[in-house]
Amino acid sequence: MVRLEKRPSPSAFWQWATPILAVLLTMVAGGIMFALLGKDPIAAMRTIFWDPLFNAQFASYSRPQLLVKAGPLILIAIGLSLGFRAGIWNIGAEGQYIMGAIAGAAVGLYFFPAENRLIFPLMVVAGALGGWAWAMIPAILKTRFNTNEILVSLLLVYVAQNILASMAVGAMRNPDGGGFPGSRNLSQYPSAANLELIPGTGMHWGVIAAFMAVIAAYILLQRHILGFQIKLAGQAPRAARFAGVNPTRLVVLCMGISGALAGLAGLFEVAGPAGQISIDFNVGYGFTAIIVAFLGRLNPIGILLAGLLMALTYIGGELAQFMLGLPAAAIQAFQGMLLFFLLAVDLLTNYRVRLGAKREVA
Amino acid sequence: MRGAPYAPAQPAEARRSGVAMVFQHFSLFDALNVAENVALGMETPPPMQELSARIKAVSEEYGLPLDPSRMVGDLSAGERQRVEIIRCLLQDPKLLIMDEPTSVLTPQEVEILFQTLRQLAREGTAILYISHKLEEIRALCDEATILRRGKVVATCTPREVSAREMAELMVGATLTPPARADKPKGEVALEVAGLSVASPIPFGTSLKDIRFSVAKGEVLGIAGVAGNGQDELLLALSGELRSAPAAVRINGQEAGHLGPNTRRAAGLVAAPEERLGHAAAPDMTLTENALLSGVVRKGLTRQGFIDWGATRRFAAEIIRTFDVRTPGTEVAARALSGGNLQKFVVGRELSQTPSVIVINQPTWGVDAAAAAAIRQAILDRAAEGAAVVVISQDLDELLEISDNFAALNEGRLTAPRPVQGLSIEEIGLMMGGAHGMEVAHHGH
Repeated sequence: MVRLEKRPSPSAFWQWATPILAVLLTMVAGGIMFALLGKDPIAAMRTIFWDPLFNAQFASYSRPQLLVKAGPLILIAIGLSLGFRAGIWNIGAEGQYIMGAIAGAAVGLYFFPAENRLIFPLMVVAGALGGWAWAMIPAILKTRFNTNEILVSLLLVYVAQNILASMAVGAMRNPDGGGFPGSRNLSQYPSAANLELIPGTGMHWGVIAAFMAVIAAYILLQRHILGFQIKLAGQAPRAARFAGVNPTRLVVLCMGISGALAGLAGLFEVAGPAGQISIDFNVGYGFTAIIVAFLGRLNPIGILLAGLLMALTYIGGELAQFMLGLPAAAIQAFQGMLLFFLLAVDLLTNYRVRLGAKREVA
Repeated sequence: MRGAPYAPAQPAEARRSGVAMVFQHFSLFDALNVAENVALGMETPPPMQELSARIKAVSEEYGLPLDPSRMVGDLSAGERQRVEIIRCLLQDPKLLIMDEPTSVLTPQEVEILFQTLRQLAREGTAILYISHKLEEIRALCDEATILRRGKVVATCTPREVSAREMAELMVGATLTPPARADKPKGEVALEVAGLSVASPIPFGTSLKDIRFSVAKGEVLGIAGVAGNGQDELLLALSGELRSAPAAVRINGQEAGHLGPNTRRAAGLVAAPEERLGHAAAPDMTLTENALLSGVVRKGLTRQGFIDWGATRRFAAEIIRTFDVRTPGTEVAARALSGGNLQKFVVGRELSQTPSVIVINQPTWGVDAAAAAAIRQAILDRAAEGAAVVVISQDLDELLEISDNFAALNEGRLTAPRPVQGLSIEEIGLMMGGAHGMEVAHHGH
């Protein structure tokens, strides 16, 4: 008989070992799935995890993509992780990401074609504000009327998507675009463009912002009383009230930070890699970031690594589709396995697995 | 069991062999009525009408009248206990186990319970009565077994030994009652006037026009049957529950509208009853738990940044001063035993040089030696000039350490009276008598 026994204190070793174990288990289970699909599992793993970084033929294209994809994931996941730690569930980062992009792009398009060094910083501020404002809707509804922030923030994603579509074909459509949907290309407008800072690395301002967010979140959680209050509110809400934590303020703050960071990610994306507001501008970073946040144990350093890993499976997955003819659904199932195993082995942090029947305590 | 080896693998098996148990914490659903609650505990409940009739019959037979159609949420604690007892009696038990049954009862209600238990014993039911209240054991039991740290240390005939002798067997040491110095009382440090707040707890008790004042160096004991507003009073005093500004004054300063941290800054510290989850965060280390309520008065942050070195030293100081048994400061709170964690959370509040201390159930679930240490520490702070409010369901404890005594009854507080010269009957009446349960034994 296998039995679980609660540990007196959470295991520090397993806290770090479980993500690695989860990745290994995903590789094994994914390998079996790929083998059943008639593909060589070893080759599939190499294509997903190795080739994007080190294959002589593809790496020059896919290596910069790693940071381009990981940047927004990390930036959004850091914001979400603060709320998740406090038990505040912002599921609508995708919507805040879209609204940040729209607000930031609106500023850039308003000034077009004027050239001024202040335009880009202004867009950054507008992007953060756009995401922040969108997150304030569920935050205020929650604190005022006790609505469920999970539902409200999620449903607002679909509202944001419709606003995005109407912007792309309406107010923000490129007047010189021959009637095609989509705005002007901001990455070709020097004052507004979020360009690659070091050629061939994929490093742009959004990646820098993501790294800064990692450091700031680390300091906040380890050293600042606010970070302590966030953790306390999530772990023991009544103890948090006893410690003088104001739940309303915490909801507004955590939703605000996660919204602003998601908005920033959207702005950096629309001004850089994506270039323009278009109907299919968002590709699910806001949702994937939820996985990244949990894969990284809601820990800033963990999120940094998880964001890079997640980006790798995206790039490698695309490569595997293209090289080995794996179906897209198999890649998504592979990513799903990662989250599944992560949550499953998480148990080892708080429980010990014992073999044999329970010893009777006389 | 009846001469045969007995090792039930699950509760149902125990029930089948005639063992019934009343737990210290009731397992009842507030939103269901009495009969429905009783039915939930049965293997094969009879139809509701038949069950209601049986509940009525059994409850009257044992002098515990109970209306099967009433909502459990509306019952007093004593009446809830009746539901549990009747649930057991319906199974016609051969052995009835009771775990600390009197913690929720007034002295008058205890007397009613004891009459019922004696009647059961006369009729041939064996009763296993678990309690740390030694006078009760002496009043009720024919034979006593004393456990210490899971081991049988002694058996005795309780009527033939004193409560003090039994207590010493329990602790394994000679007990010294808390020492207290007679001192003149100072000026008023905590004043509560017209405090009325709605309970934030479902099925909780709202506070109604509470008024009392505590002077420097004074200990005010507040008794009351569980669930009569104790938790709410602690929340209202600690600042977790806000009230009108003038309803609470700390050292003359209006504080009813202030939150917990501003009240701490004004000199008031509080220790709630529930250790894990309220006074302490279970999964956080002792260092983090020291920060939890110590941050303001101990100055553990600078511009919001935590001074972990100073926090660790504060935690270590609490552990040393209050003899908390733990491997170190970096241990999760939930890894400590109840008594040790209680010493830690009480110690954390008392170590902050407060001018007002509010404690709910300071020694609940704590062994006798730790309880004595906690009571002594409270008295020491009072001797140093702190105003102390102790809320407790342990009357012996209150009578031992308080100068003045008041009781909570359905959210109202009686006027405080000096402990000296107070009889147990008067205390019982202050606690609300038998909560309309006096009728119970008139027919017997």
